[in-house]
Amino acid sequence: MKQMDQNKAGMIKLTLLRVVVYAILIFLSFLCLFFFYLMIVNSTRSNAELAKGFTLIPSGSFFINLKNAWNDSSINIPRGMLNSLIISLSTAVLTTYFSALTAYGVHVYDFKGKKFVFTFIMAIMMIPAQVSALGFVQLMNKMNLNDSFIPLIVPGIAAPVVFFYMKQYMESVLPLDVIDAARVDGSGEFRTFNTIVLPMLKPALAVQMIFSFVSSWNNYFIPALLLNKPELKTVPIMIAQLRSADYSKFDMGKVYMFILLAILPVLITYIILSKSIIKGVTAGSVKG
Amino acid sequence: MENKLKTNNGKLKSVSYAKWGYIFIAPFFIVYLLFTLIPQFLTIYNSFFETYRIGLSQVGPNFVGLKNYIELFKADPNGTVLILKYAWNTIWMWFLGALPQFVVAMLLALFFTSIRLNIKGQGFFKTVIYMPNLIMAAAFSMLFYALFCKGGPIQTLLTNKGVLEMEFDFFRHRVTVRGMIALMNFLMWFGNTTIVLMAGIMGIDQSIFESATIDGANSVQVFFRVTLPLLMPIFVYCLITAMIGGIQMFDVPQVLTKGDGVPNGTTRTLVMYLNNYLKTYNYGMSGAISVIIFIITGGLGGIVYKILSKQYKDPEAKHRERKGKVI
Repeated sequence: MKQMDQNKAGMIKLTLLRVVVYAILIFLSFLCLFFFYLMIVNSTRSNAELAKGFTLIPSGSFFINLKNAWNDSSINIPRGMLNSLIISLSTAVLTTYFSALTAYGVHVYDFKGKKFVFTFIMAIMMIPAQVSALGFVQLMNKMNLNDSFIPLIVPGIAAPVVFFYMKQYMESVLPLDVIDAARVDGSGEFRTFNTIVLPMLKPALAVQMIFSFVSSWNNYFIPALLLNKPELKTVPIMIAQLRSADYSKFDMGKVYMFILLAILPVLITYIILSKSIIKGVTAGSVKG
Repeated sequence: MENKLKTNNGKLKSVSYAKWGYIFIAPFFIVYLLFTLIPQFLTIYNSFFETYRIGLSQVGPNFVGLKNYIELFKADPNGTVLILKYAWNTIWMWFLGALPQFVVAMLLALFFTSIRLNIKGQGFFKTVIYMPNLIMAAAFSMLFYALFCKGGPIQTLLTNKGVLEMEFDFFRHRVTVRGMIALMNFLMWFGNTTIVLMAGIMGIDQSIFESATIDGANSVQVFFRVTLPLLMPIFVYCLITAMIGGIQMFDVPQVLTKGDGVPNGTTRTLVMYLNNYLKTYNYGMSGAISVIIFIITGGLGGIVYKILSKQYKDPEAKHRERKGKVI
């Protein structure tokens, strides 16, 4: 009898705890979505409606705002999106391919200094781009590569974090026998890598491609230092430019539309691929 | 006989394939040398020279030794050392966002992994809380500006409802601007930390929890005596990578305050300071700031490196070690 009472008390406690936990989860989810919901609602309202203040109900000016933002004379958002797309896609492809190549070189072959190579890449992993930005900008200016996409794309070839991820992935999925078998069949080293190894790495490549696409799409600091020509500017630079505009004369509906357009490609990618993206978050870091 | 042939064969192999290792890693190192290592040295080199522009005329480069560094730590006419002020701003705003980030992430990770609680809809919650991490920081910040600026929806809503006094301006108060920046950083990172900590907890051998419970430990005891110590390496890893991220804080405050760090430079960060000197072509001073940031991140990065290389053993050795522990 006493035990039953205890069980009952435990059940009530557990139910209460669950209620609290769900309340916390719902509150945090609300906090994460609220500002973006406001952004979407406000992108459907005209400047006059926006001046009236706060609402949670969408209005009917979405396509007018879209048209106005798309055809804006000072901020060429379609061009910016195209520039960002070119840079981000190229970076994503280069980063994943060459990181896999480097990881393969360290994973499969025995050579002098292999240990040093691995240690070196691990050691430079945490150094941010900002601390060499000055020399980078100087060097690019000297090489006449400012106002070019090359300094924004090519450095992606040396990506220590992606390398580390690929190396770990290879250890779990790539048996060396496969490579030996390919050699026996007379496959050259590069052909083995491109036709046999790469397909085996597909899931890892996909995840890292998404992450490098996103970080390149969102990158603001370095591109803002290098790109001066208006026709080369990327989306983050344009968004920052928007901030310096004179708001008394500005169509706020257009502003919300610009922000929406800036994050839309990433948002859509995330909605479609969220499961594999979330799985990829942990794989690169330490494991228990 | 057979054995000998095998070793011979093996030796032959390692010799003839070694060059491929170099070929495969060559692109990485060439690109790293050209786009990171040389720029890194150039940056350090610049920090010892006086190089700046006045209008269209160029001053320098003249070798000045440590003068740029001394200049950086000199007090301005008001008696403030700017770099220390900006470093302090950076630390404060990082801390204001990171404290809730780690507390909430730890709690959520425990909720999600608790078998007793058995939380439903985990996929949905994880998807939602991770989402802000992928959003362009510049755009998120611009959105906050549009929503909180004077005449913006949130400002008008709160003043109309009488929550704030009339004409309250979020951008005129240090507390609110720092608060907005911290809130954005929190929203952008707590989901990420939750997922990493969750993976850490799930990596712990379940039988340890079971035996602790059988021994009569309650859930608080289990957390502090079992979960937390075993989770320590991952927790420290998260904390230090978050610190390194914090030192780089730039996009959010830069866009939110138009680079001014309103009010009165109280929300200007170290990298914003660096960016200012870079934009005005003062390469001597930007070099000195870069070196200081480099030293700080280098120190923190060293700790991350230690954790990673401790954790990172070849999988077989790890497996053996685990087996040994169970026996």
